[in-house]
Amino acid sequence: MTATAISVPKTAAREAKRERRRRGGWGNAGLLGPFLVFYLLFLVGPLIYDIVMSFFNTSLVLPGLGSFAGLANYRELFSDSRFWQAMWHTILFTLVSTPPLVIIPLFFAIVVNRIRHAQWFFRLAFFLPYILPSAVIALIWTWLYEPGYGLISGFFSLLGFGAPGWLSSPNVALYSIVIVTVWWTIGFNFVLYLAGLQDIPRDLYEASALDGAGRWKQTWRLTIPMLGRTITLVTVLQIIASLKIFDQVYLITAGGPNYASRTAIEFIYDTGFTSERVGYAAAASLVLFVVILLVSFAWLALVRKQERGV
Amino acid sequence: MAISTPWQRSAQAKPGSAAQSAPRAAKDWRANLFGRAVTGVVIALALVWLIPIAWTLDTSFKSENATIIIPATWAIPKLTFSAYGAVFSATDLGRWYINSAFVAILVTLLTVVTASMAGYALSRRRFRGKAFFYAAILAGIMIPPQALIVPLFREFQTAHLINTYWALALPQVPAPIAVFIFKKFFDGIPISLEQAAEVDGAGWWTAYRRIALPLARPAIAAVSIFTFVWTWNNFLWPFLAATSQTMMTIPAGIGTVVSGVGIVNALQMASAVLGALPLVFVFLLAQRQIVEGVAGTGLK
Repeated sequence: MTATAISVPKTAAREAKRERRRRGGWGNAGLLGPFLVFYLLFLVGPLIYDIVMSFFNTSLVLPGLGSFAGLANYRELFSDSRFWQAMWHTILFTLVSTPPLVIIPLFFAIVVNRIRHAQWFFRLAFFLPYILPSAVIALIWTWLYEPGYGLISGFFSLLGFGAPGWLSSPNVALYSIVIVTVWWTIGFNFVLYLAGLQDIPRDLYEASALDGAGRWKQTWRLTIPMLGRTITLVTVLQIIASLKIFDQVYLITAGGPNYASRTAIEFIYDTGFTSERVGYAAAASLVLFVVILLVSFAWLALVRKQERGV
Repeated sequence: MAISTPWQRSAQAKPGSAAQSAPRAAKDWRANLFGRAVTGVVIALALVWLIPIAWTLDTSFKSENATIIIPATWAIPKLTFSAYGAVFSATDLGRWYINSAFVAILVTLLTVVTASMAGYALSRRRFRGKAFFYAAILAGIMIPPQALIVPLFREFQTAHLINTYWALALPQVPAPIAVFIFKKFFDGIPISLEQAAEVDGAGWWTAYRRIALPLARPAIAAVSIFTFVWTWNNFLWPFLAATSQTMMTIPAGIGTVVSGVGIVNALQMASAVLGALPLVFVFLLAQRQIVEGVAGTGLK
């Protein structure tokens, strides 16, 4: 018994020494420092710079901030119909692209999870497009939509229909981009759902089968409720991703025809890099940032509520 | 039968085990047919999903004249690789490959090193303001980099670093989500090994580098995969930061091929295939790891 009596103060001393080490000044700075440098220089710094610039008449081609503008950039922005048109296109794109990108991959994932054979084939078909760069997607779909020689137009004329002006009609262009986006990014949501489905315990299915529940009932009463959190996650990530739409629109229609598909980020890009009004573009960036932030907060509130409910 | 034993229930579940289950057998048969129809629909849609890629390959092996036949046809009159040759002679594709690989590898390395160190500090060490640092880094997840192109460009313009590898790579390094993944991972592994090492006199660097980091291989794999794929595919920032053809990455360079002059359908499709090839190759080699890595991070 004496052995333990002696060892107690010894471990306490060791613990104290270890504790001092873990608090040791250089270790903390050395471990956190490198990340914080990148974080401040390329994320927080630019954000602060953006806020400052939005109050100045900064120009792309002149050094320095330029003359102080006060709230003039914001005042102009809120009465700028081109800005609201671009914001509306971003919001419309989000409203139209989110439902199919939440529901279709859910359907695919539930069915594929049941099939269990040849999962690699479905992963290949649905996920492969997701890893292609946006510029490649733009090349592929511009060619598919091509009015004369394109495959889709060929298919329509085979059926005896005239194809709509996929990219040339102002009323259609944005919806054509939605189709491209659904094809391109569905794999990401599909994979998130598959991961969520794998987390549902198998014995729950066995139990409900014993209770006489058919597949259809199981899907509605068991699978979809158990996927609740994944569905929320997919929905919010999708909304945030859709609000940031730029690449495929810029590369396929360049915002056209006649600005009919220009989105918020393209407005920022055009204002900052073509019109060279960096201060004004900074103000527009901030408005978009606040919109995305509000969606993120709404999600956090929703997750909190869900966690309390379960 | 208000109360049934599990044995009775399982007997009922077997079709045709009793006379009374005849309607159930009919229901099963209908459910089966429905299930098969749904499976058939998903298989058909999976094939539809592959059509654009098949059509791209098909066009890339045609001569330019064979791409302007109405109506569009899958038939290839004469198989040729001339479009592929044309891509290499008309663009700096070889250079773009090198740029993309260099930038993506550099960003992945820097991200894994800095984020794992920060995640380790936030998980293991105790210091004043730790909760503040953690909250501040987490809040960074909500900052959309696309909305910061204007000040970022201004920053590099002022430093005279536009059109350099620094400009292409460095802004893509800080990924708060990677810190979050590493912190969560270190939280989940026992601290005893590091404590034993500290007893032996190991300092903070040894504890991180020799003990913790080798254990974090799954987290390193996940973060590396999504960082590499994301950086390789990133379009907007490299498109702005590279102002000359020779500094462009694959997506930015291919983006300039989008607007071609004359009949360049086969050339464009060949450049699409060549632009997609490296990641498709990586994907086919490590399909499971990529899918799990992307799903595990939930990042987009």
